[in-house]
Amino acid sequence: MSATLARPASAYNSSSMLMMLLHLRTFIALIAVIIFFSFAAPNFLSTANMMIMSKHVALNAFLAIGMTFVIITGGIDLSVGSIVGLTGMVAGGLILNGLDLGIGYTVYFNVIEIVAITLLLGIAIGAVNGLLITRLNVAPFIATLGILYVARGLALLSSDGRTFPNLVGNAELGTTGFPILGAGTFLGFPISIWLLLVVGLGAAYLAARTPLGRQIYAVGGNERAAALSGVRVNRVKMFVYMFSGFCAAIVGLIISSELVAAHPATGETFELNAIAAAVLGGTSMSGGRGKIGGTIVGAFVIGILSDGLVMMGVSSFWQIVIKGLVIIAAVVVDQFQRRMQQRIALQSQAAMGG
Amino acid sequence: MIEVAHETVLSVRKVTKVYPGTIALKSVDFDVRKGAVNVLVGENGAGKSTLMKIIAGVEQPSEGEILLDGKPIRLAGTQDAIGHGIGIVFQELNLFPNMTVAENIFITRERCRLGFDIDAAAMREETRKLMQRLEHDIPPDALVADLRIGQQQIVEIAKTLSQDARILIMDEPTSALSATEVEILFRVIKELKAQGVAIVYISHRLEELVRIGDYITVLRDGSITGSRSMQDVDVPWIVRSMIGAASKDYAKADDHVFGDEIFRAEDITLARQGGGYMVDHVSLALKAGEIVGIYGLMGAGRTELFDCIMGRHPNAGGRISIAGKELAKADVATRIAGGLALIPEDRKAEGLVQIMSISDNMTLASLWNYVRGFHIDRNKERSAVQRFVSDLAIKISSPDHEVASLSGGNQQKVVIGKALMTGPKVLLMDEPSRGIDVGAKAEVFRTMRKLAADGLGILFVTSDLEEVMALSDRIIVMSSGRITGEFDRAHATEEAIVAASSIGHDFTTHKMELAQ
Repeated sequence: MSATLARPASAYNSSSMLMMLLHLRTFIALIAVIIFFSFAAPNFLSTANMMIMSKHVALNAFLAIGMTFVIITGGIDLSVGSIVGLTGMVAGGLILNGLDLGIGYTVYFNVIEIVAITLLLGIAIGAVNGLLITRLNVAPFIATLGILYVARGLALLSSDGRTFPNLVGNAELGTTGFPILGAGTFLGFPISIWLLLVVGLGAAYLAARTPLGRQIYAVGGNERAAALSGVRVNRVKMFVYMFSGFCAAIVGLIISSELVAAHPATGETFELNAIAAAVLGGTSMSGGRGKIGGTIVGAFVIGILSDGLVMMGVSSFWQIVIKGLVIIAAVVVDQFQRRMQQRIALQSQAAMGG
Repeated sequence: MIEVAHETVLSVRKVTKVYPGTIALKSVDFDVRKGAVNVLVGENGAGKSTLMKIIAGVEQPSEGEILLDGKPIRLAGTQDAIGHGIGIVFQELNLFPNMTVAENIFITRERCRLGFDIDAAAMREETRKLMQRLEHDIPPDALVADLRIGQQQIVEIAKTLSQDARILIMDEPTSALSATEVEILFRVIKELKAQGVAIVYISHRLEELVRIGDYITVLRDGSITGSRSMQDVDVPWIVRSMIGAASKDYAKADDHVFGDEIFRAEDITLARQGGGYMVDHVSLALKAGEIVGIYGLMGAGRTELFDCIMGRHPNAGGRISIAGKELAKADVATRIAGGLALIPEDRKAEGLVQIMSISDNMTLASLWNYVRGFHIDRNKERSAVQRFVSDLAIKISSPDHEVASLSGGNQQKVVIGKALMTGPKVLLMDEPSRGIDVGAKAEVFRTMRKLAADGLGILFVTSDLEEVMALSDRIIVMSSGRITGEFDRAHATEEAIVAASSIGHDFTTHKMELAQ
């Protein structure tokens, strides 16, 4: 009996070692994936390839960051892919055609203004999601599913389903410079990576160090207790959906800038990749748990996995299967870690005699 | 009590239960006698729940055996236990809030025609009979989610009754019941006893145990510290056996002088769905340093009054002022900023975010106090948490652990800590001692006294007569949403309070019936 109580110190050490490995599992998975492909796929480690891959990953990472906050509050945002499409079309339309005021007069904005308008549009759509959820009590899944269709439909309507091509702008109208966002570099790195750095760090800081971040976790953990502690639950929810819309608008801008064209079907099923990245990074679908850092690493695992498999020449059908298996494995390991953690907390509490 | 030799129906022999890193039960012997109330007491964490879980088949003993009618049995699961006629009413209610009362009572044992077609009418009828037996008029078709906790407890008891249990375990059955409901429950228990049912009764309310119990067993730290016939014991003996030392008096009221009026509620109203009022034009005032106890039966509108004061009902009428300043806007954040803090009745559902850490829970309501620039100053937050942890004597090994790992009493202290960290002027406590053990209860009461002495106004709700008498400087009695009595500590008598608490009560239940 006493043997169970006074466990040898080595047992504690090995269990804390295991805990640390479990904590870092997504990161370990990332390193494993990179090592694997650097052997399996030629040119995988080349700078050029790394740049291309990180640009791919960045798109999903932006969406996943916004999605993480939403999921932590216990919600879901299915509309982000459609917001990507719609915001891209709006940016493209404003560059190409300007804003027709309907009185035979068309306003052209410069690129800075267009970027601002597009971001505001993303935030506004997020606000619509938030209002549906907080004011009209529509379940997040349904509200954002509805907006998924509405936004996609509007994107298609905006051009009758056609692509807005050649978004280089017109020097006379002052609309040039849009492609810089997608193609430009700063200190050798693509602009989108720098943007991801800024948004990622900002979101991580918000989550970990600000009252708003704490409140986001509290709302997801127990909404009633949070409300009774004076957390303005509706405002917190409004924020997360607006932030998710903002992130989607960034992606809409970057994609249409990279392609120098806006296509209304852009972003279809992006929401699923974003959810996958968040879950892979340890975000709990039941709310209350998740980390921005984990989500970004999760986005890298998914992105590198699919790009690496392409380079290895694996069938894209197999890629889909593998992606699914990785997500399931991640959640299984996550459950295992949670049980371990609870046991350790209970043990040390029991040792206190509390 | 007539001396009858009750025969032992179930005995637990030398049972030990080891959890990873802790021993919950150490070689425990426990006899359950037929046709008697077998009381089990002990502080939280003493091992009562573990012992009950073993008897109910939820957990298996690490060592030792269980004898039923003298023969050893193995209970691999709750189904085994039910098969042997052992039923349990858990402290944490195990009901499905999304189903009706009848569906809950007959869950997994649905009455069926031809083995698959659920006979809802028969279930409804049987439920109605069970409710009649329990003297409650809860409609069989009501959703459990719409019932108050006390009513849910009745459903839980009805469910066990319907299983024809020979041995009925009740874990804190009265913790959410009002005085009348407790009386009804006791009548039911007597009736069951007469039918030869063995009842295992767990409670923290000692007077109750002495009244109803036939045999008493006391657990402390996983060991039995006393086992006697109830005639031979009194409350001090129980307390000594439980906490190992004599004396656990409630902190007696000291005669400090009250300050100025700090809180005033005027004409608070909350309409009831289907007519009438849940809170019927209630006005009250509180001085700094004063503890006012609100006593009343379930459904008297006490919790609803607190909800109105806290701004949780946007449609509630009336005015609230703190230190003469009116708080116009009815939302929780404004009320907290104005100096109010509520410690809710249901700790799990409303008091704590179970998956967050102890520290995060404690600072949740007062985050802005630790902000420097844009962000939370971790050192400032940590030192504030440490201060309140030691002030309130919360037993924790690390503030970073999940709050769910704490015992009930310590969780309650975390909730109190959270409220105090907002720097309130008035503290509202809804059943502050619900589901915590004697030791923790005494500590909570001492804390309340100390806070009052420091100039806080405290308004608390309780269904425990002794508690309201011992703790209050002034007692307000509510019934059917109205204030039906107000007593000074010096002039309060139990009879007067009980009388006031039943004014208009029958009328209300009748009205509720009509509403449903």
